[in-house]
Amino acid sequence: MATLVTLRILSRPFAMDRSALPDLVCPAGSLPALKAAVDNGADAVYLGYKNDTNARNFAGLNFDAKTMADGVRYAHGKGCEVLMAINTFPQPGRVADWRAAVDGAVDLGVDAIILADVGLLDYARSRHPQQRLHLSVQGSATSYEAINFAHREFDVRRAVLPRVLTLAQVEHVIRNTPVEIEVFGFGSLCVMNEGRCWLSSYATGESPNTVGACSPAKYVKWDKKPGQMDTRLNGVLIDRFADDEPAGYPTLCKGRFEVQGETYYALEEPTSLNVLEILPDIIKIGVKAIKVEGRQRSPAYVTQVTRTLRAALDSLVNAGERYHVKPTWQAELAKVSEGNQATLGAYNRPWR
Amino acid sequence: MSQGFTIPKFQLPGFIARIGEKLPQWPHAVALTTALNAAAKLGVLPEDSLAQLDGKTFVVQVYDTGGQAAFTYRGGLFRPLFRPAGAPDLAFRANLSAFLQVAARQEDPDTLFFNRELSIEGDTELGLIVKNMLDAIDPSQFRPTLPRLPLNLPFSRR
Repeated sequence: MATLVTLRILSRPFAMDRSALPDLVCPAGSLPALKAAVDNGADAVYLGYKNDTNARNFAGLNFDAKTMADGVRYAHGKGCEVLMAINTFPQPGRVADWRAAVDGAVDLGVDAIILADVGLLDYARSRHPQQRLHLSVQGSATSYEAINFAHREFDVRRAVLPRVLTLAQVEHVIRNTPVEIEVFGFGSLCVMNEGRCWLSSYATGESPNTVGACSPAKYVKWDKKPGQMDTRLNGVLIDRFADDEPAGYPTLCKGRFEVQGETYYALEEPTSLNVLEILPDIIKIGVKAIKVEGRQRSPAYVTQVTRTLRAALDSLVNAGERYHVKPTWQAELAKVSEGNQATLGAYNRPWR
Repeated sequence: MSQGFTIPKFQLPGFIARIGEKLPQWPHAVALTTALNAAAKLGVLPEDSLAQLDGKTFVVQVYDTGGQAAFTYRGGLFRPLFRPAGAPDLAFRANLSAFLQVAARQEDPDTLFFNRELSIEGDTELGLIVKNMLDAIDPSQFRPTLPRLPLNLPFSRR
């Protein structure tokens, strides 16, 4: 069935003009990363404050008031949109912190605020009726009913889909909602139970929804011994690598565990999503924006990924049906991929 | 990052490290801490991150030159450690080419770390603070500050 739908998508006539290209939405964990995204062709950057109101709350990362203002000015000066992620869930007794973050984003003049929590969506909509709102991937809306609810109640204009849907399912959502759909195009994959994942809490008591970070660094230990390196999360052995073996960040879902006498990636292998191969299909079904994961990565990563995806998108305008993935693009992306292997994730899985 | 020139991955011949290891190591620490203090003075290192380094000890080791710098950050200054005691709180170890690639923003330190070309040992959160602090340095911030120095001479006053 999935194959049939894919064939149907592929057999449609394919003409492309620049305005039909989806927005390229790139990560910014620092001002230099923001500038790298803008300078290398991002249509929009997304960023967050230096606190737990966003899901990349890592030590030393993100923006304070000054760098935030500088960043917005820089991006807008070059015609690039700024999307503010306030995509964690307000914690008991501290709702005011999240509301202040929303008010601050509006004052800064960001183009949209990316929210996950229903209470916060309600606050933002009623307090700032003119502000454009996006539904975060952390909002975990995978069906058009959920997205249409957010549209009806909070006038959400765009939803970021969790990375669990096949391409045919993404198309089904798009056909049944007036809300713009944003999908992930590149970046590290995890178990992808976005917005509902408590695996990190199981080992550390802290998770993206509560503190804004999966597997916070203070619990991570790289234990190097001759011939091997162990990685532990709050004392729990997550993986063990030989000296020349590529390593990964010790999140619980990407660890190797012993299950019934066999040691393997029991939940998910460390891989990166890479949609270059199916870019024409993604555009044909009407995706409005393609998101790059990785606010925790360096400006060098942002430069490499933004430049590559920009080149691929632009080539579609000229090449149309003759679009093909250049080996240099794949090489550039493979270099920065976690686990050194790229997949199409759920997009081409046979299950529905 | 530079589009025209890329730093290749390379490893210096083994004899360089064998000689380098036998040379005094303190000049590396003095040079590195001088550079870090200059950067801090220019205000390009975020102060909230700097405060979190207080009292911590660091080692930067370049495998293929045989060079190593041990230093600490205390009382607002990076200071060389001439006789480091015990394991540092944080150690970065790699070949010269990896350090150059990171410094030039050509490669992402995460990529090098995951590919085992850059070793980071010790306090992971401290490592993240340092990595993110270096990532947050905006080279364009240097430009307005540096040329101002000679303009302070009396005869250049307009």
